[in-house]
Amino acid sequence: MEKRVTFKGIWLPLLLVAPQIVITAVFFFYPAGQAIWQSLFIPDPFGLSMQWVGLGNFEFLLSDRFYRASFLTTAIFSILVTVVSMGVALYLAVLADRLIKGSGTYRTLLIWPYAVAPAVAGVLWLFMFNTRVGVVTWYIGLLGYDWNHVLNEGEAMGLVVVASAWGRISYNFLFFLAGLQAIPKSVIEAAAIDGARFWTRFRTIVFPLLSPTTFFLLVVNIIYAFFETFGVIHTITGGGPQQATTILVYKVYADGFVGQDLGSSAAQSVILLLIVSVLTVVQFKYIERRVHY
Amino acid sequence: MAGQGGMVQKRGSGLWLTHLGLIVGVAFIFFPIWLAFVASTVDQQAIVRPPMPLLPGDKLIENYTRALTSGVNAPVATMLFNSAVMALGISLGKIAISLLSAFAIVYFRFPGRTLFFWLIFLTLMLPVEVRIVPTYEVIANFGMLNSYSGLILPLIASATATFLFRQFFMTVPDELAEAARVDGAGPMRFFFDILLPMSRTNIAALFVILFIYGWNQYLWPLLITTDPEMNTIVMGIKQMFPSGDDTADWPVIMATSILAMVPPVLVVIGMQKLFVRGLVESEK
Amino acid sequence: MATVALENLRKSYGKTEVIHGVDIDIADGEFIVIVGPSGCGKSTLLRMVAGLETVTSGEVRINDRAVNDVEPMDRDIAMVFQNYALYPHMSVFDNMAYGLKIAKVPTDEIKKRVDTAAEILQLEPYLTRRPRELSGGQRQRVAMGRAIVRKPAVFLFDEPLSNLDAKLRVQMRLEIKSLQRDLGVTSLYVTHDQVEAMTLADRMIVMNAGVADQIGKPLDVYSDPATEFVAGFIGSPPTNFLQAKRLGRHIEDGAKIGIRPEHIRLVPQTETDLAGTVVYSEPLGAETLVHLKLLDGQDATVRQDGALPIPAEGETCGLSWEPASEMVFGKGGSRIRS
Repeated sequence: MEKRVTFKGIWLPLLLVAPQIVITAVFFFYPAGQAIWQSLFIPDPFGLSMQWVGLGNFEFLLSDRFYRASFLTTAIFSILVTVVSMGVALYLAVLADRLIKGSGTYRTLLIWPYAVAPAVAGVLWLFMFNTRVGVVTWYIGLLGYDWNHVLNEGEAMGLVVVASAWGRISYNFLFFLAGLQAIPKSVIEAAAIDGARFWTRFRTIVFPLLSPTTFFLLVVNIIYAFFETFGVIHTITGGGPQQATTILVYKVYADGFVGQDLGSSAAQSVILLLIVSVLTVVQFKYIERRVHY
Repeated sequence: MAGQGGMVQKRGSGLWLTHLGLIVGVAFIFFPIWLAFVASTVDQQAIVRPPMPLLPGDKLIENYTRALTSGVNAPVATMLFNSAVMALGISLGKIAISLLSAFAIVYFRFPGRTLFFWLIFLTLMLPVEVRIVPTYEVIANFGMLNSYSGLILPLIASATATFLFRQFFMTVPDELAEAARVDGAGPMRFFFDILLPMSRTNIAALFVILFIYGWNQYLWPLLITTDPEMNTIVMGIKQMFPSGDDTADWPVIMATSILAMVPPVLVVIGMQKLFVRGLVESEK
Repeated sequence: MATVALENLRKSYGKTEVIHGVDIDIADGEFIVIVGPSGCGKSTLLRMVAGLETVTSGEVRINDRAVNDVEPMDRDIAMVFQNYALYPHMSVFDNMAYGLKIAKVPTDEIKKRVDTAAEILQLEPYLTRRPRELSGGQRQRVAMGRAIVRKPAVFLFDEPLSNLDAKLRVQMRLEIKSLQRDLGVTSLYVTHDQVEAMTLADRMIVMNAGVADQIGKPLDVYSDPATEFVAGFIGSPPTNFLQAKRLGRHIEDGAKIGIRPEHIRLVPQTETDLAGTVVYSEPLGAETLVHLKLLDGQDATVRQDGALPIPAEGETCGLSWEPASEMVFGKGGSRIRS
C-alpha cells in the first residue's frame, strides 16, 4: 500500500530517517557484522592477535558437549516455560471469559505482573525457595521434602521455569482473553443448542477458533524464553548447578564476558541470530497471513 | 439469557467455581509479591529464622529509608534515578526517531527508501542479547561505559516503533495531507500540526510498552555499568546479594525489589487501556 | 475572482493515459460542474487544477498565469474534499483558521473572517467543537467554511455531498449554489450525480473515459447531447436507444436512434408501425414511467403525464414521437446531424 499524497523533496526525508539509520548502523549492523566476523577467528592466548579459523568455532561448538547440552537445556526450558505460562493463562482466560460481571476486575488484577522485570521475578522466587530462609522451602520441608535447587539440577530447572512462566502469565492471559472475547457469541450458543457441553464446546469450537492467538503466543513465548529470561537465570541459579540451567543466551554471556572466549561467544551469537531469524520469519509469515484475512 | 463473551452463562455453583478458580490464579500471581512486601516490613531476624511471618511487620519506613538512602552498594534512590533516565531515554528516544523515519518512509519518495525500510525491518525483534559482545566493544570504544548514552543508545536501535507508526500513518486519510497542502502547510508543518497530534494515543500506548521495556532491562546495564553509582535498580538488586556465605540483607533487598516494581506497575495500572492497546497493536 | 483555462490537459500514470486532452475556458465567477461515472477521470482533472496531481502535458492557467508547477497553496484556490478532510484534533474554529495561520494572517483578521464564515454557514454555536462532535451536514459546512475564509480565486469541490443522506444533499446543494452566487467565486465542482450537475452548473463538462464528451449549459447538453454517452448519462430515466435498422432506417451500420422517454407517446397500436408490450408501469404521481418490450425484443421506457390512463401489464401499445425529437448516433457513439 502506498500513499497517494507524497511531499516533494529528497534531502528532508533523508534527514528524517538519518537518526534511525545511524543508530541502527552503529549499534546494530556493525555489531552484528562484528559478531559474524569474530566468529571466524580465535584470539591467541595473550589476546594480541586473531587467528583465522573459518568455521572452526562452529565446528568446535557443535561438537562441544557443553554447548550441545546447553541446546538441550534451552529446548527443555523454553518448552516448559511456554507450556506452563500459556496453560495457566488460558485456564484463567477461559474462566474470566465465563463471567458476565467482574472479568474486567480480574483482568486488572492479573495483568500488572507484566510490569515486573524477569530479574525481579527471579529474586522473588529465589526468596521463596531460598534454601536457608525460603518460606516455601520451610513449609515443604515440614512435609518431609528437602528442597535444594542449589544442588539439585531438576529443582533448579523447575524453579527457573516457574519464575519465568510466572511473569509471563499476564501477557498470555491478555491475549487469550482478547481472543476469546473476539469469538462470536452466536457460534458458541449454536453449539450449546446443538447439545455440546462446556468441554466439548471448548475442544471443538473455542480452541480451534483461538488457534491464531495460540500460534502467535507460541512463537512470542519461545522468543521470550530464549532471550528475555536471562535475568531469571542470572539471579536464581547463575546457570548452575553443573550448567543445568545454562540456556544459550546465558552461555553467550558466560563464555564472552566471564570466560573471555570471544570467538566462541561470537559464534554462539551467530547461531542465536539464525534461530531468532527463523522465528521472526515464521512469525512474519503468520502476521502476513493474518493481515490477509 | 446469552452468556458473555463466548461461554454460555454459568449459574449457581458453576459461577462460584469460576470465581474460585480465578481467585486461586490471582493468589498465585500475588503471593511472591506479597511475600516480598512482608519481608520488606520486618527485620532481618524475622526472616533468617524461618518460617518468616506472612503478615507485614512494623519496619516498613525503616527498611525503605535504609534502602533509598544507603542501600548495599549504592543508594537505591540513585538506582531509581538511573532507571528512570534509562527508561525515559529509551522510550522517548525510540518514539522520536521512529516517528521521524516512519513519516519519511510513508510520506516521501526518495532514493534508498526501500533499502532503508528493509534495513530497519531487519532489526525487528533481534534482541540486544544476541550481539552483546560486539555491541559492548562499540560502547567501550566510544568511551560510553558507565554512561547514560551507553545505557540508552544500543536499545534504541529497533524497528517495532517504526512499524507501528508506519501502520498508523497509512490509516490517516490521504485527504488530510492534501487539505494541509492546500492550506499551505509544508511537510514538517503537517507533521507537527496534524500528524503528531493525531498520533497522541498511539504515542502514549507505545510509551507504556517501551517504558516497561527500558525499565526492565537487565543484561545490558549489567555489562556496561561497573560503577555502582550507575547501576539501574533492576540489575542492582542482584548486586546486593553478598558473594560467599554472608547472609543477605533481605529486608533491604526486598524493599528494593518492591521499589523496582512500583514505577512500571503504576504505569501499567494507570494507563491500563493504553497499555492493552499498545501491547496488542505493537504485536500486530 | 479569476478565470481558469485548461489547455489540452493530459494525465498519464506510467504508460496509461487517463485524461486525453481537455480544453475549456472558464469565465470569472462561473460555476462549472464536471460530471461523469466513477473512473472517468473527473476527480483527477480537478486535482490537477488543485495542484495535487502533476500535469503530464498541457497547461492549467489561473488568471492567465500558468500554474502547472505552482504549489497548491500558491494557486489561490480552496478545496472541499469528499470526506471533508477536517483535522480531527482541531476545533471547528482552528480547522477554518489553519490555512490563515500558516499564511500569517493577523489574529484579529483571522477571527473576523472565521466569524463571518461561521455566520454565513450557521456554524457559530459550534466553533469550539471538534469535528467528531458534529453531524454530517455540519462537517460539510465546516469544510465549506475552511474554503471560504481563505477568500480564494477558485473553489474546488470534490464530490462534497456524496457522504450525506438524500434530504441533506438537496438542502446543501441549494446552499452551495446560493453561496457561490453571493460570493461570485469561480468554481469547479466534481460529481457523479447528474441532478447536482444539472441544478448547480452554469456550464457542465460531461466526462467519459478521460475525454470531455461535451461542455455546455445544462439544458443545452440535455436537449442536444453531443454523443450517445451524454444522451444516456444525462437524464433519468435515460434516453431510449433503438437500432436504426430495426426501425427501417438506413443511416449507417450500427446507427442508433435516441429518443427521450418524455418524447414518446403511447398511442393505439393501429396508428403506428412500432408497437410493444407493457412489462410494467411505475406510477410516480405526477408522471408515470411505462416500461415496454418492443415486438422485436428491444426495451423502451416512456414517461407520460400522471393524469393519463395507466396501461395494464401485458397490454400492447403503439409508440409514436415527433421526428424532431429524434437524435441519431453513429456506430462510434457520436451524433449524426442531418
